[in-house]
Amino acid sequence: MKTILIVICATLLATITNAQDKYFTKSGKIYFDATSPKSPENVNAITKTAVCVLDTKTGNLQFSLLMKSFEFERALMQEHFNENYVESNKFPKAEFKGTITNNSNVNYAKDGVYNVKVSGNLTMHGETKTVETSGTVTVKNGKLIAVAEFAVTLADYKITVPQLVADKVAKTATIKVDCTLDVLK
Amino acid sequence: MTNHFLKLLLLLLCATAAKAQETEDLLKLVEKDNPKKEFVKYAFKSSRVINGHSMEFLAPGTMDFRILHRFGQLDQGYKNFFGLDQASMRMGFDFGLYRNLMVGVGRSTFKKELDGFIKYAPIMQAKGEGASPVTVALVAGITMNTQPWADPTINNYFSSRLGYYYQVIVGRKFSEALSLQLSPTMVHTNLVPVHTQPNDVFALGVGGRIKLTSRIALTADYYYVANGIEKGLNYNPLSVGIDIETGGHVFQLHFSNATGMNERAFITETYNTWSKGEIRFGFNLSRIFQIKKHKPSM
Repeated sequence: MKTILIVICATLLATITNAQDKYFTKSGKIYFDATSPKSPENVNAITKTAVCVLDTKTGNLQFSLLMKSFEFERALMQEHFNENYVESNKFPKAEFKGTITNNSNVNYAKDGVYNVKVSGNLTMHGETKTVETSGTVTVKNGKLIAVAEFAVTLADYKITVPQLVADKVAKTATIKVDCTLDVLK
Repeated sequence: MTNHFLKLLLLLLCATAAKAQETEDLLKLVEKDNPKKEFVKYAFKSSRVINGHSMEFLAPGTMDFRILHRFGQLDQGYKNFFGLDQASMRMGFDFGLYRNLMVGVGRSTFKKELDGFIKYAPIMQAKGEGASPVTVALVAGITMNTQPWADPTINNYFSSRLGYYYQVIVGRKFSEALSLQLSPTMVHTNLVPVHTQPNDVFALGVGGRIKLTSRIALTADYYYVANGIEKGLNYNPLSVGIDIETGGHVFQLHFSNATGMNERAFITETYNTWSKGEIRFGFNLSRIFQIKKHKPSM
């Protein structure tokens, strides 16, 4: 009887620790820049409400954000972004589902900066494409700071730029990720 | 006792096990199903349907520089280049103050009239919990005729130059393609030209947009004037047009029987009628400037 109890307790404890393997944020920062040399004004925006979850045990890493949450310098550009380019009523979210491929290199129990390689699928504007990049995970006081930068080609996601302004918007956008993750309880 | 404890533990275990199976979609762990309340935007390309105000507001921190032209009647033929030889215009500046508050001023060549308005929406159409299905906006405006007095020999009062209008706009963006609105309006003119004309004119406006592509939309704007229509003299203004967006500008090209470019003018002083082919070409050009910028930085 006692043994069963101990076993059950142990399993329970194990599952609890399991839960602490996951880190998350709902206020991740994701920035993009599609300014071309001929752009009359900066084509860039930031969202500070991206959701990110990382399972440190498996290295599974997932992001989700609302396209409408991107804030631009100019309201009109924001309107055009949502209405004409990414059609955010039709495709409200962008999602990334991938893994840290060298997850074993990161010691999540020890403070430090670790280089990571990430690969996965980015879904945006109804199109899914594979994305691979490298970045860093910083372990600090029980928090994780995930930073990465990569480029996406607008045409890959069927985001079309009208002929008239073709040279005023870059063909590829640079995307920067900066998320501070807390333990998911 | 122990039995109870065991059962409880087993239950807990099952629950955690069930939870553990869902780890495939990590985002489900933190994302809520019920979305936040979100305002419905971009019901119209511009803050005007064609002549009248739309349910749409300027973004806060922006200025809309508007140049409006109404040409002569098309039926004047080639002699007057289908009316393009004659133009009446209004130049205006609108400012977006808050999400639901904007103001504007303008001056029209017709009667050398100055106008100003304030537009406020106590209710805005939104999605999500407790959201309103419609936008309700209130507009109050004033117009001032700055022409020389018709008869300078009599005692003229400044108040005679003034007119006012009050409007309620109830509008809804039904889908990406379709937006419709109703706008009951009252126009008060302090001094009317003839005694048969009432000082207070009531009208019901109907406006709509059908979006054809992401940058082109069909629009229509009609005001039914309930009183103050004198047979053979003035008519209900009807305008039909297309909105074309070209990056920085919105062009509202249209055909209309009205020349007035403020509410007082087009509701009480539309002297032409579609039924006799007295149609004019006109356009509104809108250029939005961002005055207050907030740099998107990390």
